[in-house]
Formats: sequence, structure tokens, C-alpha cells
Amino acid sequence: MTTLDAIEAPGEQRARRPIRPFHNIWPKIALTPMIATALVVFLGGTIWTVVYSFTSSGLLPRTDWVGFAQYQRLWSTPKWNIAIRNLAFFGVFSLSFTLVIGFTLAALLDRKIRGEAVFRTIFLYPFALSFIVTGLVWQWILNPEFGVQGIVRSMGWTSFNFDPLHNPDIVMLGILIAGLWQGTGLIMVIMLAGLRGIDEDIWKAARVDGIPTWKTYVVVIIPMMRPVFVTAIVLISSGIIKLYDLVVAQTSGGPGISSEVPATYVMTAMFGGQNLGQGFAASTMMLLFVAAILVPWALLEFGGRKRG
Amino acid sequence: MAEFSTNPATLGASRMDDGPRGPRPRRVLSSTNIMLYGTLIIVALYYLLPLYVMIVTSLKDMTEIRMGNVFSPPVEVTFQPWVKAWAEACTGVNCDGLSRGFWNSVRILIPSVLLSITIALISGYTLSKWKFKGSEIFFAILIVGAFIPYQVMLYPIVILLRDSGIGISNAINTVWLPVCETFGGECRRVRVQLFGSLSGLVIVHSIFGMPILTLLFRNYFASIPEELFKAARVDGAGFWGILFRIMLPMSLPILVVAIILQVTGIWNDFLFGVVYTRAEAYPMTVQLNNIVNSVQGIKEYNVNMAATLLTGLVPLTIYFVSGKLFVRGIAAGAVKG
Amino acid sequence: MTATLRIAEGHSPAPKSEVGHSVQVKDLDLQFGAVKVLNDLNLDIGEGEFLVLLGPSGCGKSTLLNCIAGLLEPTDGQIWIKGQNVTWKEPNERGIGMVFQSYALYPQMTVEGNLSFGLKNARMPKDEIRRRVARAAEILQIEPLLQRKPGALSGGQRQRVAIGRALVRDVDVFLFDEPLSNLDAKLRADLRVEIKRLHQQLRNTMIYVTHDQVEAMTLADRIAIMKGGVIMQLGTPDEIYNRPQSLYVADFIGSPSMNFITGHLEGGTFKAGGMSGGVVLPMEGYRFATPQVGDRPAVIGIRPEHVITGELVASAPVTHEVTVELVEPMGSDTLVWAQVAGERFRIRMDGQARVAPGDRLPIGIDPSRASLFDKKTEDRL
Repeated sequence: MTTLDAIEAPGEQRARRPIRPFHNIWPKIALTPMIATALVVFLGGTIWTVVYSFTSSGLLPRTDWVGFAQYQRLWSTPKWNIAIRNLAFFGVFSLSFTLVIGFTLAALLDRKIRGEAVFRTIFLYPFALSFIVTGLVWQWILNPEFGVQGIVRSMGWTSFNFDPLHNPDIVMLGILIAGLWQGTGLIMVIMLAGLRGIDEDIWKAARVDGIPTWKTYVVVIIPMMRPVFVTAIVLISSGIIKLYDLVVAQTSGGPGISSEVPATYVMTAMFGGQNLGQGFAASTMMLLFVAAILVPWALLEFGGRKRG
Repeated sequence: MAEFSTNPATLGASRMDDGPRGPRPRRVLSSTNIMLYGTLIIVALYYLLPLYVMIVTSLKDMTEIRMGNVFSPPVEVTFQPWVKAWAEACTGVNCDGLSRGFWNSVRILIPSVLLSITIALISGYTLSKWKFKGSEIFFAILIVGAFIPYQVMLYPIVILLRDSGIGISNAINTVWLPVCETFGGECRRVRVQLFGSLSGLVIVHSIFGMPILTLLFRNYFASIPEELFKAARVDGAGFWGILFRIMLPMSLPILVVAIILQVTGIWNDFLFGVVYTRAEAYPMTVQLNNIVNSVQGIKEYNVNMAATLLTGLVPLTIYFVSGKLFVRGIAAGAVKG
Repeated sequence: MTATLRIAEGHSPAPKSEVGHSVQVKDLDLQFGAVKVLNDLNLDIGEGEFLVLLGPSGCGKSTLLNCIAGLLEPTDGQIWIKGQNVTWKEPNERGIGMVFQSYALYPQMTVEGNLSFGLKNARMPKDEIRRRVARAAEILQIEPLLQRKPGALSGGQRQRVAIGRALVRDVDVFLFDEPLSNLDAKLRADLRVEIKRLHQQLRNTMIYVTHDQVEAMTLADRIAIMKGGVIMQLGTPDEIYNRPQSLYVADFIGSPSMNFITGHLEGGTFKAGGMSGGVVLPMEGYRFATPQVGDRPAVIGIRPEHVITGELVASAPVTHEVTVELVEPMGSDTLVWAQVAGERFRIRMDGQARVAPGDRLPIGIDPSRASLFDKKTEDRL
């Protein structure tokens, strides 16, 4: 014990605690894979792609700077503009329908229903499936000859037309139907958890006040569930931007290029068209879309908390 | 004061009068109930429809399909489409069915689930119980990273995998070749390939599973009382001792949730399978898409639906067996996913 | 701060055992960011002493205990245990055992597993482990529970096992972090007696954190009253109760709490109140902290149980008459609320006393049992 003599000389010097750099090294080693992933892949990879979106990279990445040329070309390409329009259509309808259907189903299940577990299981099972599986099933159900259109026609309405997957005008509707089928269950589960988290006494108070059930939902419950709705919206939105597998399975972007979305555009540019620069620019645009959703949300969520 | 005293007249009247008494009668078939259950049953039927369509289509033969529609039940049940989908369906030149994709998926799944959960478990444990300066910042970057579209990171990872594959090969060869040559014999350069191989895909799945799994474990371990951790330290257990002897035995529920999350997630993946493997190593989802959407030949809808159902069988089984745990997993994933 | 140091030097009795210090805390600082939780704290604990750290929540008492245990790293300062500087030592290397409020038993291990876990980590021979577990189980009377899991135990049984876990370590210093707070009142009283018996039997140094003054008064050899990361007073329960060194300690200790009357000290006499209901207390027999105390604004504190009532009033040094405002009968005794010099005044009377609001009640005060404080510094005069 080298410090033992310190007992003999009490008082005069303040007891000090030196710094130990190698103290507790295991936590740092254990966290290395995570730190490497966060810094190299997530942060580094993102910066790399953004930087290379300003080059003329074709088959291979090149550091030949061209400014915003890739972006100019991107926004003047019809395929990209269709992709953006499709994303906007799909986004608006997917978001609103998923919220409405998800909340309605949750509210119905919250009415102390018999067999709640059975209904919940049925509404959620599509979420367990791959988008490829979902896409292929709906491709078959929407088959013009044997599917919905064929059945309605065989019942006597021979002029009935509903062939979304082969009609450029309504192809996104076909994808929307499949997307809603797969995604609403998740939102229902989240909404149900939110409803269950609401104080039972609120319902009692509303009953004492004589407020009808539907009005209690609209005036009292939904405003109370604001955080749940925000979570749901963030979740649905980031899912919308990622939309890829479903399109590939149902239409492969067709007929023609009528059901292209940003993700499919990126993939063809990067791995099909040997046009890396376009791929980088398009994926950077996707990143911007996400940021446009996340930044306001983060400010609302975390910025507000500090003030309040 | 007098007005508040019990009035014998009213008291007597309420006793004698045969007014409402006991529980209020309720009609089982009230209009609200009919509306409620009616709506739920109709919606439930709509959600079950695709599953039904998959099953009936896969059990019909092609002539029957051409005569009927997607909803008509099979007159004569046949399992031939299932056999064909599993063992004979063609993708390009290969005609050995989905079985190849199934086994590829299994080979991808097992190491991916093990690796990703191990890393996330240790990271989550460290982040909750052994925080150090800056550890939270890296975690924040990781969580933000979970929202970045995969497309942004696809190509950098291609380069990362290719170059580290080359790097590892060179490192091994500089040691291995001289050693091998001193002992004579035929010495071949070792070639480690990460891009385009199963091991590369395993790494990719571990990377993209990391944010949600780490969050899951971090929150779980944070909910374990701090005093338990302190008691273990007083008892002389260190970083690994506390993890293996105290925390791990307590984390079975969250491990099951993580496994469910990863098995369904990795099994259902399509994008990474397409980008990071070659045709012979394609996972089941990619092969399914190739079988069904291949342009050559006549469309065999029954085989297609059998193949689709086969691919969906693994996650569906997990879903129906695990029930509540699956819901817990996706709810945990949903919070920040 | 200076007050604390003066008290520590001047008034605390020498540690019981002459063998030496058991635990020493030197110049301890702890900061979380900009918040100072412990401030230049010094504490000497004698061997075999039972020291209680008492204070309201957030006063830093648990933080100090965690620093002694090595579970929190101090920003500055040192911890010495048994003449060794253990500031950098891991908790298990410090020769301490610790009992937590929430028991902190390992849920997946049996009672025996819980007791032996620390010993196994120290790679102790199996026979020795078995011997020690058996001894601890015998002392705490938990032998029938050894093969059970913590989930199958009652609160009191769990806390015994938690104490047992400290016991098997055969250490010199026991640390208790509010060990009885999660138990109901009756069990708490039972286990309190058991801890006291255990200390008498083992003669270990024990440091005990609590916010319950009854626990503190009954268990402690010495009590350290803490507030805002600083020790306000360190002394025997008797000293703390009878000679509080500051207004804060006087107010904190005692239930119902002390009566305070603000007034003036003039020529050795305390005067308060105006024309009506004023009091004049000649401080004869009062032990002043310093020999010469000049005239100044002062606060006098009188414990409700030190107010004389009944026949003894006649022989009291000072007498007064109050009007009863409120009566709280509590069975064993009765608390009477009145006013003296315009301030609320509680009087503790025998449970059999018959008084009603509006009664005139003669009371007597003995200044030698009162406490006098400087109004400005709030220190004892």
C-alpha cells in the first residue's frame, strides 16, 4: 500500500482522487460493434451517399464533381416525377385510411367485446407476412379474369371494370388496397394500447355528464391520445417512404412506369441502370423526405418537453 | 333541518311501489350490439379473405381454376401444386422449386438471429447499466439511423463488405501463405468474400436489426432495479458476471420477443436478399417473387399460391403460436421503429 | 459549514472503541453535472459503532452510503475503511456488506444461492461457503427457507435474506440503505429490534440510512443529521434530542415537533410577545453553548412533552396560563393546542387528562430543558 503513509500525515493536504483512464474497460469494448455501426454505417454511409450524389458516378463511384447536375436531371426525368406523384397519392390515402381504420377497429374492440383476442388476431395477422406474400395474393385477387372483376361480371354486370394492376390510371389504388390490408392491424394494436392507457375514470365522468359514446371519443379521448397519434403518424410515414417490396411483387413498377416509387427508382438506377449518381441523388431526396417528417416531430416531441 | 329528516311517506311509498329493482335488464340483441359485432365480423371476413383465397387456390388444379373464380372452393382437392411449388417450380434455369430458397433462408436466419441478438443484448446491457461518457450519443445516432431509408446506405455497405472482405483475405494470406509454404504442399490464397455471400447478408441483418433490438434490451435492462445491480457488485460480480449470472437468467421474456421480431423480420426481408446475395443464395422471398413474376411459360396460379403460402407459413406459425408476445414485440418495435 | 466542523470536533463523543477508526470519509465531494450532492463531507466512524444517517429525502444520505460502498464514484475526496484507502476499490474489495430497501434479491436464485453468490465469486472453498450460509441462516432463523426462491417469501423474510447476504460475507462494515421502509409498521418494529440485537451480538460497524427518526433514535450510537449534502449535527441520540445544535435539527427531530417562540434575549432572560399573552423566561439553569451571550433576537424551543401540567405546575420555574383551542386524543397521551405569545403551542398531556376547548390551562416551563437559538444564524446559544 503506497498510500498508507497518507494516514500518518492527516489534515494538511486535501484528499484527492486522481483520474484513471483505463478504469472499467469492458463496457467500452462491449459497445464497440454498436459504436462502429452507428458511426461507420449509419453516419458514414449516409454522408458518403450524400457526397457522391454530387458526382457523375455511373457504373462505379467517381469523385468527379458536377454540382447539382444529378438533381436537375432527376427532377426532369418523367419516371422520377411519376414516382413522386405516386408516393404522394399513396402517402395521403395510406396515412388517412390507416389512421381512421386503425382507430375505428381499436375503438370497436375497446367496447368490452366477446372474443376480442380472436378479432385482434385476425386483424393483425397480415402484418406478420412478407410484403412479397401480400403483394402476390392481392395480385391474384385483383386478377381481371378470375378475381374481383371477373366475379362481378359473371354476376351479370358485364360492363364492370376494375383491373387496377393493369390500368395505369388506378394502379396505385391496387397497391393501396394491399398496403392497407397489411398495415392497419399494427396501427390498431397501437391505438388499442393507447385506449387502454386512458384512465377508466374519464369514461365514468363522461357517463355521469351524459356525453354520448361517439362524442366522448371525438371530444375527450382522441385529444388525450395525441402522443399515440403522433407515434402512429411517424410510423406510417416512414413505412410509406420505404414502400418497395409491395410494388415489386404486385406490378414491378408497371404497367410501363406507372407505378414507380422513389425506392424502385433508386434500385433500378443503382443496380440495374448502372447509373449510381442518379441512385445517390434519388436516395438523398428520400432522406430529405424523412427529415421533413422527423425534424418537426422531434422538435414537437423533445423541444416542447424542455419548455414544459 | 327538519326538511332533511326522513319523510315516512316517501320512504314507505318507494318500498311498496313496484318500481325498478335489481339489475337493469339488458337485451343481448340490442341495436348497438348488432352494429358492433356486425361490423367486426364483416371486417374480420375481409381480413381473412386473402388467406382463404391462398388456401383454396393452392388446392385446385388449373382446369378448375379456369372454370371458377378466386373464391370458389375446390371441388376436388389436390396437393400437386404444393409438391410442385416445393420441389419443381422454375426460376430461370433452376427447376428445383422453393426448397432451395427455404434452406437458404434457414441458413441466413440462424446466424443472423444469433449474431444480431448477441450484439444487441450486450449493447443494451452496457447502455443501461454501464453508461460511460458519450455512450448515449452513439446510441442516439443509432436510433436516428433507424429512420434513414435503407436505400441511402445500400451502396456504402456494398463497398464496405467488398473492401473488408479483401482486407481480411489479405491479412489472412500474409500470415497463412508463408506458414503454408514452409511446410510445403499446395498453397492456395484464402479468399474471404463478404459481398454476395451468406456471411455478408448476416452482417447486414445484424446492422439493420441493431437499433430496434438494442432499444428493446436497453429498456428492458433499465427496468431491472438498480439495487439488484448494486447488490451484485457488492457480491463481487463484474461486467460479464452480472450479465451472465444475474441479467441473462432474468431476460428470457425479452429474448423471446427479440427472437420473434428477428425471425419474422429476417424471413420476410426482400430488399437485402436481392442486393447482397447472388442467385444461388437467394432467400425464399426473392425466389418466390422470381417464380411467380417470371414472364416465361404459362401462369400456374395454383402453384403460385402454394408457393406464396409456403413462404408465409413460417411467420404465420410464429404469429399464431406466440400470440401476445408477438404483439409485445411489434409494439416495442413500433415505438421507435 | 463551520458549524458542522465545530460540532464534529467539539461535541461528538470519542468513538466507542479505542482500537481505531472503522470508516473514514475525507473531504468528500460529489457532483452530478452542476449539482453538488455532497459537499466537502468529513465523517469518522468508530469500530463497532452503529451510525445512523438521518435526513429528509434528497439530503444526500443514500448518496453518501453509495460512495462508502463504492457504487458511486466521488468527484473528490477519499474513503478509508479499516485504515486502508479504498477510494478506488471495487465494492466487493472493500470489506462491506450492504442491505437494500427493495431487498435486491436475485430472483432466479434460491435463498441459498442468494446467500452464497458473493462467496462463490470470491472463489471460497465449498465447505466454508456451506458453513457460513448455515451460520447466517441460523442467526436469522431462515433455515427452512433456504431452498425457496425469493418470489415465494414474504416481505419480512426477504429482508432477512437480504441481511443474511451481508452477514455471510463476514465483513466489518454493514451498510443499510433504508432497509425497513418497504415493510408495514408492525414488521418494521419487529425487524428493528432484530437489527439492534444483531448489532449487540456481532459488534460490527453499521451505517444505517433512514428517514424515520424512531429507527434512528432507537438504533443509533450516533446520529448524523444531513441536509443538502452537509452534516448538520453529529451526536448521540440523547444529544440530538436534548441539545439540538441548530433550529433545523431541533425542528426535524421530535414528533410532535418542538414549539418555537420568537423573541429577545435580554440580560439572560428570554422575552416574547406584547402586552397580552407575552412570556418572560429567566434562563436560569440553562447551559449556554458559550459563556458570554449578549442580548439579541432569539428563538426559544420547547418540546411539547417538556411542558409541565397538572399538580407539578406549582413547583415549575416558570408558570403561564393558556386557553385550550383544540384537543387531539391519541390514546396513550393527548395533544393540546394553544397559543403562547401569539404563536401556536402544543402541549403533550397524559392520555387520561380531561380537557376541552375553551378551558383555561395552567402550564409550567423549565428553561433548563429548553433550547435557545440565535434568530439570525439559527445556531444554538
